[in-house]
Amino acid sequence: MDTALIDWSRLQFAVTACYHWLFVPLTLGLGLVMAIMETMYYRKGDEFWKKTAQFWMKLFAINFAVGVATGLILEFEFGTNWSNYSWLVGDIFGAPLAIEGILAFFMEATFFAVMFFGWNKVSKRFHLVSTWLTGIGAAISAYWILVANAWMQNPVGTAFNPDTVRSEMVSFWAVAGNPIAVSKFFHAVFSGWMTGGVFTIGVSAWFLLRKRETKFAKASMAIGALVGIVGGFAVILSGDSSGIHAAKYQPMKFAASEGLDDGGRKVAFSIIPGVEVPGVLSILATHDINGFVPGINDILAGYTDNRGNDVLPVDAKMWRGQKALTALKIFRSVKDSPDSASLAQKALCERVIKANAQFMGYGHLKEPSEVIPNVPLTYWSFRTMVYTGFLVLLILILVQWFIYKDNIDNKKWLLILAVIAIPLVYICGQAGWIVSEVGRQPWAIQDILPVGAAVSNLSVSAVQTTFFIFLAVFTLFLAIEITIMLKAIGKGPKMEESESEHINIEK
Amino acid sequence: MTYAFLQQYWWFLISLLGALLVFLMFVQGANAQLFLKGMTPAKRSLIVNSTGRKWELTFTTLVTFGGAFFASFPLFYSTSFGGAYWVWILLLVTFVFQAVSYEFQNKNGNLLGSKAFCMFLTINGVLAPFLVGTAVGTFFTGSNFVVNKLAIADNVAPVISSWGNSWHGLDALATPAIWLGMVVMLLDIVLGCMYAINNIDNDELIRKLRGRIVVMGFFFVLFFVTWVFILCKMNGYAVDINGTISLESGKYLHNLLQMPAVAAMFLVGTLLVLAGIYWGGFTKSRKAIWPAGIGTVLVVLALFFIAGYNGTAYYPSSSDLQSSLTIANSSSSEFTLKTMFWVSLLIPFVLAYIVYAWRQMDKTPITEKEINETENKY
Repeated sequence: MDTALIDWSRLQFAVTACYHWLFVPLTLGLGLVMAIMETMYYRKGDEFWKKTAQFWMKLFAINFAVGVATGLILEFEFGTNWSNYSWLVGDIFGAPLAIEGILAFFMEATFFAVMFFGWNKVSKRFHLVSTWLTGIGAAISAYWILVANAWMQNPVGTAFNPDTVRSEMVSFWAVAGNPIAVSKFFHAVFSGWMTGGVFTIGVSAWFLLRKRETKFAKASMAIGALVGIVGGFAVILSGDSSGIHAAKYQPMKFAASEGLDDGGRKVAFSIIPGVEVPGVLSILATHDINGFVPGINDILAGYTDNRGNDVLPVDAKMWRGQKALTALKIFRSVKDSPDSASLAQKALCERVIKANAQFMGYGHLKEPSEVIPNVPLTYWSFRTMVYTGFLVLLILILVQWFIYKDNIDNKKWLLILAVIAIPLVYICGQAGWIVSEVGRQPWAIQDILPVGAAVSNLSVSAVQTTFFIFLAVFTLFLAIEITIMLKAIGKGPKMEESESEHINIEK
Repeated sequence: MTYAFLQQYWWFLISLLGALLVFLMFVQGANAQLFLKGMTPAKRSLIVNSTGRKWELTFTTLVTFGGAFFASFPLFYSTSFGGAYWVWILLLVTFVFQAVSYEFQNKNGNLLGSKAFCMFLTINGVLAPFLVGTAVGTFFTGSNFVVNKLAIADNVAPVISSWGNSWHGLDALATPAIWLGMVVMLLDIVLGCMYAINNIDNDELIRKLRGRIVVMGFFFVLFFVTWVFILCKMNGYAVDINGTISLESGKYLHNLLQMPAVAAMFLVGTLLVLAGIYWGGFTKSRKAIWPAGIGTVLVVLALFFIAGYNGTAYYPSSSDLQSSLTIANSSSSEFTLKTMFWVSLLIPFVLAYIVYAWRQMDKTPITEKEINETENKY
């Protein structure tokens, strides 16, 4: 395949995914924040909490719309730009997407409308339930899309069928309960809580800096900080589990994210190039300081893993992958022939395919070095994620502490930091996804399907055109969203009172 | 449950989702009326706030339609989306603009101005039903593609589905498929007017919309009759028991005659739509959306059934007959379809809460007073 086509297709998908992930975490986190606020209103009957919840709901709605729009493109890009992928793994990958639609999207869509428009139309209780269900729907949606994503990282519960020329699901529970899916789900949802918490304290800090809406800002900050801190600690725990899984199932990704050329035992963690903490990388990868961590060169040359299994060198995997593809060709040419020689050949091919199917993706590679992802990008993205994540968590803890001490108003430096934390938490989230997805390259499906064999047969110019269209559209939407949010925040929680002047368009 | 049953069952669900999507695109149809002559900003606001409470359902149905197709017939997802690239991209872009337009149009700082977002809603309102209809039209007229599964073993060009020309789906605009595009577009305009009449309490607007139902209903009938005529006369793509595909003159008419229940569904659905047009355009009834909506679902279901059942290739290839997609050769594995069967049993529960929430929200029609007084509006 034309490498330019592959690169542009990857770039288009990456841009769509990155933009989508700008909007999703806020939906996950702010959904919880405003649900807690509305629960306060429901329990106490205090209009203050209603106005507070409504203010955050307005910001939620602005963000939600763009998230929905970018999500639509993402789903259909699997078909438009990765058509081979769609057939070869659609039997497994399509199911979580469909379940997401049936279980989550309708829930979100239905109850979002009730939450946003239903204040004077439905009972207080039904409205509260709708607000919670909107957030729960978003979380369910996250689970199923991450089941699909996790399967790309660790393709479990599947077998290659030479008759249909595709991988097919053999165990739904293995796919749905993929350990990577579970840790990714918690990592993504809790990072969403962190984002929602940071967004809430950042916006509230801005009000306190301007000495406006003090009561509202402090009340919002207390809830936002709590949600953010719980999310932050849970992100650390789930991140640890993600690290263990990456080391186990995607050692090349792990090695690339550490810039580790040569592995070993008691491997040091690189804080930045040249500054290392002895033994920590072995602990992160295996929870054992003596654990073996393979480096990039080990993976290329082959090594023995911590369970004593010999891992083949990449060129041997390529040879076995090519063997499987050749057997598939022969299998297809004789599969409909009834004579005994063909039947024997068919049976032999089936055995060869079965024995080598796990390396089939390697058969499409030209050089062993193709299995190495972009090391500098993965390495620095990982550090950006970790360092900004811890910094943001520290800010959240300080905010909560000074709220508890009731003197947050006097801590101008912290309020400024809280505002700065908003872009930081987004950088953290984006960096995390770059580690996960760039680190997976060249695989669309780990070991089974490289991106070069997954792409649609389109002209490079067609993909370039749509790439720039999407880039322009998403950037425009982001700019509009930020501008609208800033205006809405500037108006504060009382903006509803003067909104009528804007509703009758061009009057 | 046999594999064949599961394949048929999933074709039924895809058909149902497609039918519901065509019905729910009344949102688009109503938005297509935003720039009618005499449509004041206040009336425009009423329509936008009325469809604004339903657009997410339409959007979600589209997404689920795509997801369900991916899960149950991945070869279609692969072949059509990767091949008819421009048609799908155009459709998606219009939906993307629609999704943000509701939220952005009347907000301070929206950069483009309210009118631009209203315009996006209208463009989506016209184009989306047209493109969906045209895309479904190719289920009958065929498309220019080739499927070769063995290509995956090719190291140079391992692509299974390839489109036969560089138009990548825009070629459908030069086929009779566009008649179905026009039919769906006009139908959704009619349905949109009926929905607005049902959901909005404003005499002047209702009068105007009734006029639209009469005019657009007339054109709808014209295009619909033409499409049905073309459909009955055209060559169809028949599949024999060995999976071999051949052309059969009048195949879709034969399908209707050989599946009397489907023919009855088609007839009843058509009559209900026509009755809806009569009630909506010529009487004072505000409930025309319901018979017309049910009729739409029945007719579209029938169209999907004659496209895929009774030994028919539902996504035919005009360049290589044997590459045509059938329910049998393009579906997911038996295991996946069975797993998804159990998941699909949740659909009635989903429908139940949608109906409950819809009823709660639409107990009283929307008025100008309500829009002016409420804080939560588009």
